[in-house]
Amino acid sequence: MTVLLALCGGLGAACRFALDGAVRTRRPSRFPWGILLVNVLGSLLLGFLTGLVAGGADPRWRLVLGVGFCGGFTTFSTAMTDTARLARERAWRLAAGNLVGTLATTVPAAACGYGVAGLL
Amino acid sequence: MTVPHRDPRLLLLVGAGGTVGTLLRWAASEVVPALGAFPLATLAVNLAGSFVLGFLLEELLRRGAETPALRRWRLGLGTGVCGGLTTWSSFAVELDRLLRGGAVGTALGYSAASLAGGLLAVAAGTVLAARRTR
Repeated sequence: MTVLLALCGGLGAACRFALDGAVRTRRPSRFPWGILLVNVLGSLLLGFLTGLVAGGADPRWRLVLGVGFCGGFTTFSTAMTDTARLARERAWRLAAGNLVGTLATTVPAAACGYGVAGLL
Repeated sequence: MTVPHRDPRLLLLVGAGGTVGTLLRWAASEVVPALGAFPLATLAVNLAGSFVLGFLLEELLRRGAETPALRRWRLGLGTGVCGGLTTWSSFAVELDRLLRGGAVGTALGYSAASLAGGLLAVAAGTVLAARRTR
């Protein structure tokens, strides 16, 4: 189970790299839209999986797809270094927007995923 | 020319790094003791990963223009290992759980410790790399 979880984490990281790269190519910006999108999607999915397990689903799903895939897919460190980079460039609004914006979109995304799982 | 995120070898490198990072995060969740409702394990990996990524990016930046070898270090160790070690989804779900349970104070403390601590960890890693290569 641990091996499967770790491999899913690797898959998640590769998906993050691919999706972020695709967003960067299509929408070049100083603001890290790609990482924001990744973190919102991953929080939505982990919220959904958490809701499924709370509703009686096999917790191994949450372990492999949640701790593995969603954990590898989403990133905290890049969000922090992006914010620090924007602050160093004195782009204060973008830095604050990235920090507050990510928090303000991912927590409702997690709640939304949890709520949708409860409806199933 | 292939763009990096479509290069199968670089995707594999990021994936390999992400596997290592995920394994480390899972191990941390097994060894970091529980602190009541406070998600200490997530905080620990997020701060550690932010420190390492801050150090790595500054270290690489100080080596000048990015060569293919430096890019492999950034993608394997940074995007892969640090990205896989740290997690935003667990942070968001844990905050949601705390808020749902009415533990607003703990949620506020957890988000403040994570965000302020994460930025401080990046700054510490950056300063350390800058001092080392001066």
